[in-house]
Order: sequence, then C-alpha cells, then structure tokens
Amino acid sequence: MTTPVFVALPIQRLHSNRRQRTFWGITLCVLFLLVIILSPWVMGDAGLSPVLPQRNQPPSLAHAFGTDWIGRDMLSRSLHGMSLSLRIGLLAATMSALIGTGLGLAAGTLGGWVDAVITWIIDVFFSLPHLVLLILIAFAVGGGTTGVIIAVAFTHWTSLARVIRAETLQVNSSDYVKLSHRFGRSPLWIASHHMVPHIIPQLLVGLILLFPHAILHEAALSFIGIGLSPHIPAIGIILAESMRHLSTGYWWLGVMPGVLLLLSVKAFDWLGENVRALLDPKTSQG
Amino acid sequence: MLTISNLSVTFTQYDQGLRRKQLTVITDLDLTVQPGEVVAVVGASGSGKSLLAHAILGILPDNAQVSGTMEFHGERLTPKRCKALRGKDIALIPQSIGYLDPLMTVGRQVQRVGQLNGLSAPAARRLRDRTFTRYDLPPTASRHYPFQLSGGMARRVLVSTAVMTQAHLLIADEPTPGLHPDVVTETLNHLRELAQEGRGVILITHDIEAALQVADRVAVFYAGTTVEIADVQDFAGGNLRHPYTQALWRSLPQNDFVPVPGNQPSPENLPRGCLYGDRCSWVTEACREARPPSQFIRQGWVRCIHAER
Amino acid sequence: MSILTFTIQKLLRLGLLLLAVAIFTFVLLSFSPIDPVRAYIGADMLQISPEQRQLIAERWGLDQPLILRFGDWLGQLLQGNLGTSMVYNQPVGEVIATRFWVSLQMLAIAWLLSGILGLGLGILAGALAGSWTDRIIRLYAYTLASSPTFWVALLLLITFSVSLKVTPICCAAPPGVLAADVTIWQHLHHLLLPSITLSIIGIANITLHTRQKLIDVLHSDYILFAHAQGESLWGVIRYHGFRNLILPALTLQFASLSELFGGSVLVEQVFAYPGLGEATVQAALRSDIPLLVGIVFFSALFVYSGNTLADLAYPIVDPRIRIGGSQS
Repeated sequence: MTTPVFVALPIQRLHSNRRQRTFWGITLCVLFLLVIILSPWVMGDAGLSPVLPQRNQPPSLAHAFGTDWIGRDMLSRSLHGMSLSLRIGLLAATMSALIGTGLGLAAGTLGGWVDAVITWIIDVFFSLPHLVLLILIAFAVGGGTTGVIIAVAFTHWTSLARVIRAETLQVNSSDYVKLSHRFGRSPLWIASHHMVPHIIPQLLVGLILLFPHAILHEAALSFIGIGLSPHIPAIGIILAESMRHLSTGYWWLGVMPGVLLLLSVKAFDWLGENVRALLDPKTSQG
Repeated sequence: MLTISNLSVTFTQYDQGLRRKQLTVITDLDLTVQPGEVVAVVGASGSGKSLLAHAILGILPDNAQVSGTMEFHGERLTPKRCKALRGKDIALIPQSIGYLDPLMTVGRQVQRVGQLNGLSAPAARRLRDRTFTRYDLPPTASRHYPFQLSGGMARRVLVSTAVMTQAHLLIADEPTPGLHPDVVTETLNHLRELAQEGRGVILITHDIEAALQVADRVAVFYAGTTVEIADVQDFAGGNLRHPYTQALWRSLPQNDFVPVPGNQPSPENLPRGCLYGDRCSWVTEACREARPPSQFIRQGWVRCIHAER
Repeated sequence: MSILTFTIQKLLRLGLLLLAVAIFTFVLLSFSPIDPVRAYIGADMLQISPEQRQLIAERWGLDQPLILRFGDWLGQLLQGNLGTSMVYNQPVGEVIATRFWVSLQMLAIAWLLSGILGLGLGILAGALAGSWTDRIIRLYAYTLASSPTFWVALLLLITFSVSLKVTPICCAAPPGVLAADVTIWQHLHHLLLPSITLSIIGIANITLHTRQKLIDVLHSDYILFAHAQGESLWGVIRYHGFRNLILPALTLQFASLSELFGGSVLVEQVFAYPGLGEATVQAALRSDIPLLVGIVFFSALFVYSGNTLADLAYPIVDPRIRIGGSQS
C-alpha cells in the first residue's frame, strides 16, 4: 500500500554534494585571490618594460590581455594593478571591520548616550551618497594612497556596525545573559562566553562581504583620479588610462583589466556566500 | 469520502555546517471522513497536525516528501488532482487572521473565493453579502482590512471563505485557541451546521474538550501518527483503547486532572518501535521491536498491541 | 498625524541633518592637510610673498579660532551664501542649479527604467525561484552588482559608440553646436547611453531585493491560504504578491537615489557628460572647496527628499498605516 516516493540514498548523495560544493567553492576562491595577490612577486617586473615593436597588439596566446601603446604586456600590468588594489582593499576593509565591530559593540553594550551618538553618526553617513562621502574624505585627507585607504576604511563600517549592534542588543536581552548577570558573572566573562560566539560568524561574513565594496570603491576613486598617483598603476588607473585610447579601437585596454577586476570582486562575493551558507544555511541562497 | 492510509511526511533540512537533517513529521497516519460527520484530529501542539491539512490540500513546501495513499471520493489524490480540487471540493478554514492578505479588504478576499469557484464578480459579491449576513457580519465588515477585525469577527470571516465554496470536505485548522469561550462555542456550532448540510469536516485541534463538544469521531494524533480513532461516546463511556488517549482523558480538569508525564519524541530521531513506548506504562519488549499496526478493536482503530486487555 | 506636524517634523529633521553634515564637513576640512590659500592660488603659489599670503589668510579669517570660523561659516550658509566656485568662477548655487538640471533628466530616465525593469525581473525570478529563468536573472544581477560602474559605462561606450557608432562618444551635445541650437533629438541621443548605463546598474539591486521579498511573501501564511483556495501562482502574485511587494519596492526605489547620485558621478566622468557628477569630480580634483561643500549639502538634500517621498508613499500603499494611524 505504501508508495515509497523517495529512497534515502540519492538525498544522502545530494547532501554531501552541497557540503562538498561549498568547501570547494571556498578553496577555489581563496586560491584564485591568493594567486592574484602574490602574482607580482612571482612574475617580477617581466612584461612591464616597453617593447615598442609589440605595440597595440590585440589579445593573443603570447599576450592574453594584449599589449598597450608602448608594448607593455597588459596581463602583467593588470595583475600588478589588481594585486595592489586587492591589498589596499583588504587593508581598508579590515580597518573598516575593526571600526564597525568596535563601534557596534560599544553602542550595543554601553547603551545610553554612546549608543545615541554612534547611531546618529551612522545616520549622518547614510544620508550622503557613498561616493560623495568617499570623494570628500579622500580629498580632505589629501588624496593619494593614504587618502584612498582612509576614505574606504571610514565609510564602509556603518552596515557592519548596525548588524553587530543589533546582534549585541539581542544577545544582551536574551534570557541566558540575564541569568548570567544574576549569577554575578562579570561583563567580561559574559562578553567572551556569550557575545563573541554570536558575533564572530557575523563579523566573518560581514568582513568578507566588505572586501568587494572596498575594492570597487578603491578602483572608482583611482579611476576618477583622486586616488593613487598615476605612477602606481592600480587597476582603476589602468582603466582610466584606457579611456584615452578608446576611440582608437584598442578595446582590450579597457575590457580585459575590467574582466580581471570583475572576477576578483565575484570571487570575494562567492567566498562570502559560501562561508555564510556554511555558518547559517537558512539565510543563504541554496 | 476521504480515506488516508499510511501517510508519511518527511522534511529535509540543512543545519549549521550544511549537515542534512531528516524530520519525519507524519508517520503511518490513517484517517477516514464520511459526508455529514465531524472528525476531530486531536494532538499536542507541534505534533504536525497542520501539516496533515496541507498534505490533503497538496500545499506542502517543496522540501517535503510524501508517501502513502490518499483517496477522495474513491479516487487517488494525485498532486494534479489536489490542484484541481483545492478551494473547490476541499476547503481550508485557517488558524488565524494571519492567513488573510493584510493589505486587501476582507470583502474582496472573500469575494475572490467565489470568483475562483467560477462565479462572476457581481454574483460572487452577492454570495459574499449573503454569507456575511448568515454569519451576522455587518455590511461594513467588507470594507475592513484584516487588522481591523475583532477575534470573533475574524473567525466568522474565515468560516465565510469556506462557505463561499461548494466544498464537500472542510478542514478547520485550530479554529479555537485564544478565543472567548462564547466565540469558541459559536465557531464549533458553525462547523456542526456545515456538517449537517452534508459536508465532511475535519477539525484539527489541540483542545480535546472542544473536540468532544462537536465531533462524531476523534482521531488522537501522537508524534505524527493516529494512535487511536474512537467514537466520541467512547471517551465518557470508558471504552478507550490506547494508553495515550486514556492519559489525555484523565488529564482533563473535570476528570483526574493529572498531566501526561514526559514529552513527544523529536521528529529528528523517532524510536524504531511504538512511538509512545518511552512514556507508556504498558510497555513491553515487543513494543520496542516494531511499530504496532492499526487494529480494529471494539468498534475503533488503535495502534497498540496491548489494546485488547 | 496632520500634514502640518508631518511637514514641521520633516523640516526640523532636515535642519538637524544639514547641521550635522555642516559640522562633519567643517571638522573634516579644517583638520585636513590641505592649505586653503594654496588650494585657492594653485600653481601661482610661488609667485606670492609670505606677507601677501598672510593677508589673504587674515582676510578669510583663517587666523581666528576654530569655533568662531565655524560660526561665521554657518552664518554665511544660513543666508544661502555657499561661496563662489573657483573652477567655474560662478556662485556655487548657480553652478549646482545649472549642472543638476543637466543631470536631472539622465537621473530621472535611469531611475524610472531601473525601477520598472528591476521590479519586473525580480518578480519573474522570485516567482520561478530555482528555475533556469531565475538562475539566469540572478547571474545577471549578481554579476552587475559586482561590476564596477565605470567599467560597465566603458564597455557600453566601446560597444555602442566606438564599434557600432550608434551613439555619440561624449558630452551632452554635438561638438561645436551652441546650446541654443541643440535639437531635442540630439539632446535625447546624447542622453540615451548614459541613462541606460545608469539604469542597468540600478536594476541589479532592485531585482535582487524584489526577488527576495517576493519569495518571503510567497512563503507567508496568506499565500498558503490563497493556494488552498485554488489560486494559481500567477493569480497569487497578481492579487497578493504585488500588493505586498510594492511597499518595500517603493522604499528601496527612493532609497536608491543615493546610489544613483553616486553612479552618476562615475557615468558622467566616462561619458564626459557635463552634469553635477562631473562637477563633483572637478571640484575634488581642482580643490574647489566651496563647490565640493555645496555639492555635499545638495546631495544630502537630494537623498533626504527621496526618503521623505518614501515616507509619504507609505500611507498611500499600506492601509495599516493609513487607517491604523488615524485611529490611534
């Protein structure tokens, strides 16, 4: 009478696939990003010197990204630029995450006027277009590499601070924390035993998801010319240079470095999604 | 009219670290409903009773696997047939006002039921007005949004949605909790009336007293299965077959008022043998070996190998 | 809540916000290593003597304490005096007004396009969640979400202006044509690609949010009940999904004004479109502090207006606020 609609085995296999896929995804993304970041040290300066006879060559086997107007290999240049941009982005995003965590924790645990001030600062930040804020800060601190790092670091912490603040408040008002208070546990004990385990996953996912934004904004600032100096060719500057050669039809100068940037950003996105899926399968897109 | 045998519903879920979890929420469930009778399905909260309703209507979520057979008017209920029948031949009376669209007036929502049953808009509107009158709902109620209704009015609107259909089978899912006793009685009377019109009614509830007030037969639901299906008279008449049913009956205030000790087994790891085994005072080695089959004893169905004693 | 109290409340909050932005900007710029005199004089700095320099600083009140300077500056702002743009040699207010008028059409087209297309694609993806249609839409949206705005603009420029030659390569009008002589078609022709670029970028966010919201709505109890009543998937979306979707979508659409403004800075840079975004870049690159500060204020006002419009839209769409609010 019973009609078995499913057998256990295929589901078991499907399940291990998903878990494995997630782990593979994480490994692949990390590897890809590591290769890009480390590439300048592996390659050295090969391909960066002008080779005039090989000017303006479209992508080929020898030059996967083509060559530029003085015969430099665009793949080497893009990798150098991307590595630089990634390192700047990582640094700025990490600083941002630290600011966000610190302020979020402070707002959530201390409450009162500290909370009010931090919430108010967050509101002010959200009331300006992000790019305008970036330009303003980068300009005010004098532009350059420092300007970009500070601008990116000081404008990306708001969302994470909000999340951490909400999480802290939620944990703080939970029954087991109230109970710990009543048992006379010190705030530090509660913070390390109850807060940290809840906040670490949020922080990890938040940090990884910050990277793509930080890198995109670094590139955008460099592209409009307010960021790194033209002598340090970050990916944004390489793309800005390509603008001058657009009408000549050398499309690869703009397209190929952009593809690399897009892939790097996507790698961070995938990494974040996979880590999130592992930590909290319910909120992730299966 | 409706015959369910050996129905099982299992969910697949992912836990932290993407570990897969199998939740068996309904196990080997049997149930029959005849036209004109009210069958109460009684069980503790969280025992998967609502999912029974969703399984009959074919609206379980995608990660649910269903096995067993369901027959309606003598024909198998396939997903395709479910889709054709739901809202027309089988209607649901949901738990709460949360089952109505919060942003649409109740009048339009009830009218929409009529239109889904093939009525023209004016005809559906007339039928809605007649139904509202039948349930003493003021004409202004049509223009109200769900959040504006009182508890009693909300109940009557929900019953109205089912009455708008020609359904032969009505499933009322937990219609009574949190209501004023007068409203409970009123709601149960509405269900009785509907059965007297010749429809079959399944009353899903955790309130055994409410069930005994209105039902013809009571199916006792435990850990996702029906441990006993008894006539209402069996309760007061001391003709109960299953130890869980007896314990439930004793737990009522007017009887011994002793709560049933222990908890239901978690759907994540059900015992191999009788699902009630770990709480049962009659338990023997044989109970732990295999799930007891459904037996017909003293004019009722029971899943207990010791029921005859 | 009456319209009067609503307006007063909104204006009060706007005042507080602008004050906050003023303090923030002032503190930021006064601690910055940028020397305002040097920024003003620019390349001619070597040609002026330290005495002349001192004179300028005194004239500008740079020798005054910080708090006095702030009060002075705020007083000027309150009188509507935003100063003079050094790059354009015009009052800042005028520069912003003319530039914004040029940007406005582009912003409006992009805003409408991204809203309508994003909503449509999001509903399609959410309704068919898990299907191939959904996957393709999601891939498209996720890829766009991680694409650099200026690069998308660059790609479209390469494709349509350089290779296919169907759209102009830059600016808001053909070169050499006086502003008064530009026909409406030339105008639209130059507007087309920047607007589309800007909308393509906005679509991703709205699509993904709409999709997620629709999935949430489709998992709600009232949708389950609608299915139980025999409603089909598209019936459910038409009668219940859309209704419950439109409120968050509207909020998001108005909130996207902030992103849109940021995007316009980059898009105008690529297309050399002489709007407010391009002026922002010029102000920063050429140290035009009054103009930059003016644009910061204006963008805050712009974003605030968007949020206020969303607040106004709420009661129109949601009866719980419209009726519930007036009852309590």
